Amino acid sequence: MSTQHQKLERNSIGFALAILMVASIGGLVEIAPLFTIENMVEKVEGMRPYTPLELAGRDIYVREGCYACHSQMIRTLRSDVERYGHYSLAAESMYDHPFQWGSKRTGPDLARIGGKYSDAWHVAHLEAPREFVEGSVMPGYAFLSDTRLATGHLPAALKAPSRAGVPYSRAQIENAEKDAVWQADFEQNYESELQESYGAKVQVRDFDGQPGRLTEMDALVAYLQMLGTLADLDTLDPEEVNR
Amino acid sequence: MQRRVPLEETAILCALCLVLLGGLAILGWGVPVAYVLHGWLIALAAGWGLMWMLNRLGETPAKVPLAYNDRVIRFGVVAALIWAIIGFAVGDILAWQLAFPALNGDMAWTNFGRLRPVHTSGVIFGFGGNALIATSFYVVQRTSRARLASETLPWLVFWGYNLFLVLAASGYPLGITQSKEYAEPEWYADLLLLVVWVGYLALYLKTLARRAEPHIYVANWYYLAFIVVIAMLHTVNNLSVPVSIAYPKSYSLFAGTQDAMTQWWYGHNAVGFLLTAGFLGMLYYFLPKAVNRPVYSYRMSIVGFWGITFLYLWAGSHHLHYTALPDWVQYLGMTMSIILLVPSWASVFNGILTINGAWDKVRTDPAVRFMMVAVLFYGLATFEGSFMAIRPVNSLSHYTDWTVGHVHAGALGWVAFITFGAMYKMVPWVWKREGVYSLKLEAWHFWLALSGTLIYVGAMWNSGITQSLMWQTYDADGAFLYSFLDSVVEMHPYYAARAVGGLLYLIGGCIGAYNIWMTVSGPKKAQTRQAGPIPRQPAE
Repeated sequence: MSTQHQKLERNSIGFALAILMVASIGGLVEIAPLFTIENMVEKVEGMRPYTPLELAGRDIYVREGCYACHSQMIRTLRSDVERYGHYSLAAESMYDHPFQWGSKRTGPDLARIGGKYSDAWHVAHLEAPREFVEGSVMPGYAFLSDTRLATGHLPAALKAPSRAGVPYSRAQIENAEKDAVWQADFEQNYESELQESYGAKVQVRDFDGQPGRLTEMDALVAYLQMLGTLADLDTLDPEEVNR
Repeated sequence: MQRRVPLEETAILCALCLVLLGGLAILGWGVPVAYVLHGWLIALAAGWGLMWMLNRLGETPAKVPLAYNDRVIRFGVVAALIWAIIGFAVGDILAWQLAFPALNGDMAWTNFGRLRPVHTSGVIFGFGGNALIATSFYVVQRTSRARLASETLPWLVFWGYNLFLVLAASGYPLGITQSKEYAEPEWYADLLLLVVWVGYLALYLKTLARRAEPHIYVANWYYLAFIVVIAMLHTVNNLSVPVSIAYPKSYSLFAGTQDAMTQWWYGHNAVGFLLTAGFLGMLYYFLPKAVNRPVYSYRMSIVGFWGITFLYLWAGSHHLHYTALPDWVQYLGMTMSIILLVPSWASVFNGILTINGAWDKVRTDPAVRFMMVAVLFYGLATFEGSFMAIRPVNSLSHYTDWTVGHVHAGALGWVAFITFGAMYKMVPWVWKREGVYSLKLEAWHFWLALSGTLIYVGAMWNSGITQSLMWQTYDADGAFLYSFLDSVVEMHPYYAARAVGGLLYLIGGCIGAYNIWMTVSGPKKAQTRQAGPIPRQPAE
């Protein structure tokens, strides 16, 4: 072994290539199959791409670094499932660019937070978490309620993940800006249009309690209220999930 | 004037032009203010670099001296120390925020979520990265007995890398982030780093190619692995689709489970090849030098090196136990993580046994003490890592402060200790000083850092296990005994203790920086003892 290695030690390019070869094996074996195995992502009823407003909310979630304290991944452990609900499926993050599973629970898991609290609760909690929940260590996000949501970039923002495989239609991309405004419309005038485009589970209402004003709080609450509500877990085929 | 422009200069000029154009495009088309400012910064830096290059080409080329190029190493040392203080300080602010959440200020740019990557990038890439670049330049020259193979590349690597760091650290508080752990910088900063990294690799290989020694010394294997593997990880994990040139925002190319696996393949090996391989390179040069003993075992070096290079890349999936990642990948990751203990501890034993015969230096020389304790913490953290990769253990440790404690046992105890040990040796060498300004201050730094680390890690073990047990405790009826909030409230004393530990570490770091500053501004060494290229530093 030593004499072989001494030969290698005399060749810098060879050494660098050897490192690259040896180091790439692990990734090739563990990652590459994830793109080819057919049942890697289960077939689950109900999954759909994010609406423009939800995507804008998700972008805020990403911007604020919420993943540093909140996971979005319910593990198959009993204590996880009983506290947070059905364990997370691969399909449930199939449109997540990037994934936000997180690695730390300074706060609770959020994978199925949608629908558990009212919009008003979320707004009040996000604005002043420590006044609302005694003992909480969460920072306040009152500035979201004061910041108008930027929508001009939304068509481009839908187009980018669609290039990475998220099935947005051309109409959805073109109407992104309008759809975002519509989803937070307090009169809910365009509910049927949005449901036609994004499915029956789209939640259309004024989320931030400021009718007529589209804020970042609208987007973030719309995103939170959708989390975990899409996949139809009752019709789940146990064979499909059992890996 | 009529001078043929060599290939290297042409490539550098092209790269600088590309970076300049990128910066101009960003400042021209960019919409968010922070992003436009980044465009200006990139364009100005690249423009400066271009002028500097063109100036050099215009002049009659100065004769390249035979001596080692140590000037860029000095810059690297200073940059590493500045980033260390920034990174430690922000980290401790975050620790106090968790203990006393009002300190968040509840403003966008001061909240925990936005500041946390300033801390992680600041210490890992700012302090660690600059220290690795500086020491790798030192080590590759000495062990090859050759000057760095370019007069321009070292500077472009140094300044380009630090420009990347400034873009990263200033972007997070302003909301520019991918929120992929330890890979937060957005696409344009990632592209810049890629260009810099190609330059670094080229420089390293070219310098090795002109070595006067037939064999490549073991420290260089590790530095080379650090450079090569980080290049691969950085490129693959940061593949993304930008919204447009007008926005810093991008969407990762992969989604969900694939993205998770790619990210932790990256994340775990940022630990493996930046925080481990790179610093093992440091260990393999500076420890034998400091104790004046040869590396204990050549064979153990080989086993350790290739074991780490092969196995680390398999271990990332232990960050995803019990998740939606297919089980076979989880089990494979767990298995490899356990085997990984063998090459890790081969390095530990190789390091400790190298000190054999010079143990008195641990007592008399604080720099050696730093390095010795670093090896012990490396052994502790790698054992703990393999242990936490076991699924049932992970079901307890994951998502808790135990992970944070583990990371800091490695980062504070191993990475920073070996770096400070190496710096206390290297600074007098590259600045040609008699020795460190004050051994007493060096010892103070050591004891403050050690007690800070122990308090930090101890607090996090306790808080992590408490958290986890509270999450999994049921009463007699099978209902949860504690709400999540109960577990948050319970953390307060541990979080306060952790912040105190971090403060001790920060104070130690400041003393270290002061000591090095005083060393540098002290008198030069008398010229009489300049026998070889590396005058050996005697212990006190």
